[in-house]
Amino acid sequence: MPDATFLDSTELVLNMGPQHPSTHGVLRVILKLDGEKVLGTDCVIGYLHRGVEKIAENRTYPQFNPYVDRMDYVAAVSNGLGYCLAVEKLLNVEAPPRAQAVRVILTELNRIASHLLWLGTHALDIGAITPVFYCFREREVALHIFEQYCGARLTTHAFRIGGLQYETYDGFERDVKDFCDMLLPKLDEYDELLTNNRIWVGRLRNVGVLTADECKEYGVTGPVLRAAGVKWDIRRAQPYSGYEKYDFEIPTRQNGDTYDRYIVRMQEMRQAVRILRQAVDSLSAGSIMAKVPKVIKPPVGEAYVSIEAPKGELGYYIVSDGSTQPYRVRVRPPSFVNLQALDRLVRGALIADVVAVIGTLDIVLGEVDR
Amino acid sequence: MRTLLKKLFLIDLFQGLGVTFRSQDPKQIVTEQYPAERPQVAERYRGAPRMNTNPETGEPLCIGCNLCALACPESLIVMASERNEQTRRKELTSFTFDLSRCMFCGLCEDACPTDALELTQDFELATYTREGQIWDLKMLLEGPRPTRYKC
Repeated sequence: MPDATFLDSTELVLNMGPQHPSTHGVLRVILKLDGEKVLGTDCVIGYLHRGVEKIAENRTYPQFNPYVDRMDYVAAVSNGLGYCLAVEKLLNVEAPPRAQAVRVILTELNRIASHLLWLGTHALDIGAITPVFYCFREREVALHIFEQYCGARLTTHAFRIGGLQYETYDGFERDVKDFCDMLLPKLDEYDELLTNNRIWVGRLRNVGVLTADECKEYGVTGPVLRAAGVKWDIRRAQPYSGYEKYDFEIPTRQNGDTYDRYIVRMQEMRQAVRILRQAVDSLSAGSIMAKVPKVIKPPVGEAYVSIEAPKGELGYYIVSDGSTQPYRVRVRPPSFVNLQALDRLVRGALIADVVAVIGTLDIVLGEVDR
Repeated sequence: MRTLLKKLFLIDLFQGLGVTFRSQDPKQIVTEQYPAERPQVAERYRGAPRMNTNPETGEPLCIGCNLCALACPESLIVMASERNEQTRRKELTSFTFDLSRCMFCGLCEDACPTDALELTQDFELATYTREGQIWDLKMLLEGPRPTRYKC
């Protein structure tokens, strides 16, 4: 295909979304097309804007905790962890070791659940219909552990400032271990279905290439960055919640294309299983709540805490004016930042590749719009 | 010859049907016959709120401290209480819980000092009117009464 457009051809503007099923929510992408070729994109976001950051200014610190679950609703536990860590930093308290271990178990379970949902829907977008049923079947087991632990499957509200509200239920360790044992053969099954599948490889390889330098320019984090060969994981770089105790690898790849991002996420699930096993074994008896005053009134100041959410760096910046309500809460969502690379990734590609690229960026519109 | 016999006696068909019949085993069936049979939700499930009563006297355990209303992020609990001069205790006069705004975060039951307010395992909360979503003390004591269907 020649690079220059034909003289007699005109640009076609096509709206993709906000109801398009493969935009994973209410993302609207305005595509400028020359035939099948994408000349440029324009993202329209905000269809799911609820003003979460503004709501925070009118809620006390514990009251705002359930709202963060509603940003990245696929990985609500990670959101709760980030928020609780940020407020704990303001208060200068640390959760007890047992609470930290339970937090690690639940966030890693959530990482697996989030990646399973990504894998199922991504494969569905590309045209492989089988994995989505398998992935949802396995994700159900993880969600059932959440339901038994804290009483909700999706918007969990599992953590509280200073530790945990709920003690683990009887058989929690066994359930998590059973889940690990069950998941590994299933991951092999997905590998069999997809990794060497000719159609899958043909649709993904060399599609949406983002080099390491470009990743850094856009501020892209998470599996997208690691697929480009940058070994950056906040769990390793700035350990929180006791991640320094666990032995795990940071999977990286070199090409930074859609296929590599797929491989990185698949390996991340295996590493999450490794962390889960260590965390369950290291679970010690003890209290689950640090000494936190009943009315949470952090001193005047500001704190920024970032964690490695399933989608990338999730940061919470909280400014306290010494009252019971935060003066300002700013969220650094991984989905919003990763979405900025969309135009760079699909320029010059075909329309079908746009679907693949949106899927591989693993965005959640609840978090993009907040 | 062998393939011919295999085709003649429909061996493959019966093998395939074997898989079908194996999944008819009652243990393998995952479909729930809702609403004839309802799924068992977890013990800690955060569903419909309930006002617990003292089993001996039948009186609500609520002491009218207003802590749940203060803890609620959506300010959907409104209560009023009156001081009884004889027993020198606060007595609840009204208690409303607006379920239409509730996100079932469980902060109210955490705040309750007497375990009077509790989120239960009931999850069928649909009503025909918006007003029906606002539960008063009577409704909180009785709980929702979903229709029971016979199989």
